[in-house]
Amino acid sequence: MQITLKLFALLDRYLPDGAHKNQINITVADGATVMDVIQSVNLPAEHCHLVLVEGVYVAPSERDSRVMNEGEALAIWPPVAGG
Amino acid sequence: MSWAKRILRVNLTAGTCKEEPLNMEWANQYLGQRGLATKYLTEEIDPKVDPLSPDNKMIIATGPLTGTAASTSARWSVITKGALTGAIACSNSGGFFGAELKFAGWDMIIFEGKSPKPVYLLVQDDEAKLIDASNYWGRSVWETEKGLKAEHQDPQLRVASIGVAGEVGVKYAGVINDLHRAAGRSGVGTVMGSKNLKAIAVRGTLGVAVNDPEAFLKATNEAKAVLAENGVTGEGLSALGTQVLMNVINESGALPTRNHRDIQFESASDISGEAMLEPRRSDGKPNLTRNGACFGCTIACGRISTIDPTHYTVKDREQYQMASGGLEYEAAWALGAATGIKDIDALTFANFICNEQGFDPISFGATVGAAMELFEMGVITTKETDGLDLTWGNAEALTTLAELTGRGEGFGAEIGLGSKRLTEKYGHPELSMSVKGQEFPAYDARGIQGMGLTYATSNRGACHLRSYTVASEILGIPEKTDPLSSDGKAGLVIAFQDATGAVDSAGLCVFTTFAWSMDNIAPQIDAALEGDWSVERLLEIGERIWNLERKFNMDAGFTGKDDTLPKRLLKDAAKTGPAKGKVSELGKMLPEYYALRGWTPDGVPTNETLDRLVL
Repeated sequence: MQITLKLFALLDRYLPDGAHKNQINITVADGATVMDVIQSVNLPAEHCHLVLVEGVYVAPSERDSRVMNEGEALAIWPPVAGG
Repeated sequence: MSWAKRILRVNLTAGTCKEEPLNMEWANQYLGQRGLATKYLTEEIDPKVDPLSPDNKMIIATGPLTGTAASTSARWSVITKGALTGAIACSNSGGFFGAELKFAGWDMIIFEGKSPKPVYLLVQDDEAKLIDASNYWGRSVWETEKGLKAEHQDPQLRVASIGVAGEVGVKYAGVINDLHRAAGRSGVGTVMGSKNLKAIAVRGTLGVAVNDPEAFLKATNEAKAVLAENGVTGEGLSALGTQVLMNVINESGALPTRNHRDIQFESASDISGEAMLEPRRSDGKPNLTRNGACFGCTIACGRISTIDPTHYTVKDREQYQMASGGLEYEAAWALGAATGIKDIDALTFANFICNEQGFDPISFGATVGAAMELFEMGVITTKETDGLDLTWGNAEALTTLAELTGRGEGFGAEIGLGSKRLTEKYGHPELSMSVKGQEFPAYDARGIQGMGLTYATSNRGACHLRSYTVASEILGIPEKTDPLSSDGKAGLVIAFQDATGAVDSAGLCVFTTFAWSMDNIAPQIDAALEGDWSVERLLEIGERIWNLERKFNMDAGFTGKDDTLPKRLLKDAAKTGPAKGKVSELGKMLPEYYALRGWTPDGVPTNETLDRLVL
């Protein structure tokens, strides 16, 4: 199935070739979890501070169990803040 | 100790500068800067005074840590009754000016009265004098700072000044120091202009002593290590600055767009921190030239940017092709998402003009957004705008209006009124996205519930810097809470408000609190000052300051009815994103907040609360 992977800030280096404006549509296996996707692009888990699926926060303890659905967007940031 | 224990009182009407001792009893009760200056102001002015009357006063204040070796010790504030709001105003800035004032041996400057002609104040260590500013009146912040340094043959002179916006009465004019650092909000520059005070130029060589140097170095070094080792303050903020939030807040469904009609901006990525790093086609350089730091700062979040030299705003104007203070998140949002404009060079240019002429890009951009909605409705037309097409997303309209507003000319004079006065004038006050007359910053109260309560109760009008619950609700600092739930948000907002009051009053930057708790801050203050400064004492001071500001506003005529939000946020549900279908649950949070604050159901601090806080 297809999902959209968005890696922001200093994580853009982990995006597969072909990404545009910090995002790319990728194919993942049915039943893939958030952590499966993170590992598939060799993104160190410790860099994944803020993880959102469809804009909703996924806590570290839920990343192994939150299954991605067709068409969903997974967005990840390292530690960031502002104001 | 780190107080000079000296105040400079400048009577602009009489043209005098006098020294007086700092009231140490008040310093012990209110810490410094925001808290201490608010105490002075509330003791010295009638809360009902017209903000632009000579009877209003304007205080330049430092904190006990300003100018010391503590990280982020650059902070200073302007405290007055705000021209935009008629409420208590405390506008905080960084740069180098505040530390320089401390080096000159002054904790605070109180300006009173009104000069019969334009003047500037020159402070060189112990000496202070008012000097004719006729040559600078009508000139920009940038021209004024350059001119004063040349006139006094001192490139190390630090200058805080108003631009033409402050002279012509733009309601949200700011005081700009070090070219692009701003005490930007609430119209503190408008008050300065009303007093015929163009600038304050300071050179200090005396330094700042601390009470226990050994303990101070230990505390500040340990605290700096905490900043360096934290992912946000050690790396994230220096790399992308506050602008990293553009995509965060948009993805979270809380980016107010087109005057808060929408909650996500389809072009957010084009005006984001990431976009500022993208090499452009014309010269292969990115918008971001480098990061920058204020005095003593080990975070260095500032953005120094250049505009594409082929862009329409600067291609024939070489003076704007230099690197200068670039887009921070709040400005990029107001100039961009609030107006539907995705041209990052146009936003950068408008931001440059805000710095050059001294006015707040948040209130300016939000007011242009309100005008664009009025234009779309046909309430205003090209007849009122002098031919400007205020269609959503029109970059040229924004940049033209920035220049006109900065000079108070044409339709820019109306934009300079702020959104409340502008929309009232045209019969649609519901289109002003503001609280107490001050425009919202860049977080939608429907998508981040705590921010709705933050805005409604903010003593200086809508503001994110009085209680930045975004840290908890979106970023998970210090711990994650659900942005879509209003449960527990009253207590969260109060905790942020009280802690921020203490941080501001110390002379530190609130960005330290992404890494520091009060346990990191208290030892630094304790070593700098005489006496015992515990976390509990600092939080009590924060609460005291909050209630003092509240009391001033109530005496000025505000009531609990002013603790509200525009109907759009209370009635019109968010259309997209995680908050789809939600409105602000202010009606649930506000009574909880009043009760936890020890206020009546009408929002009035009880005598018991005031007695407990020694107010």
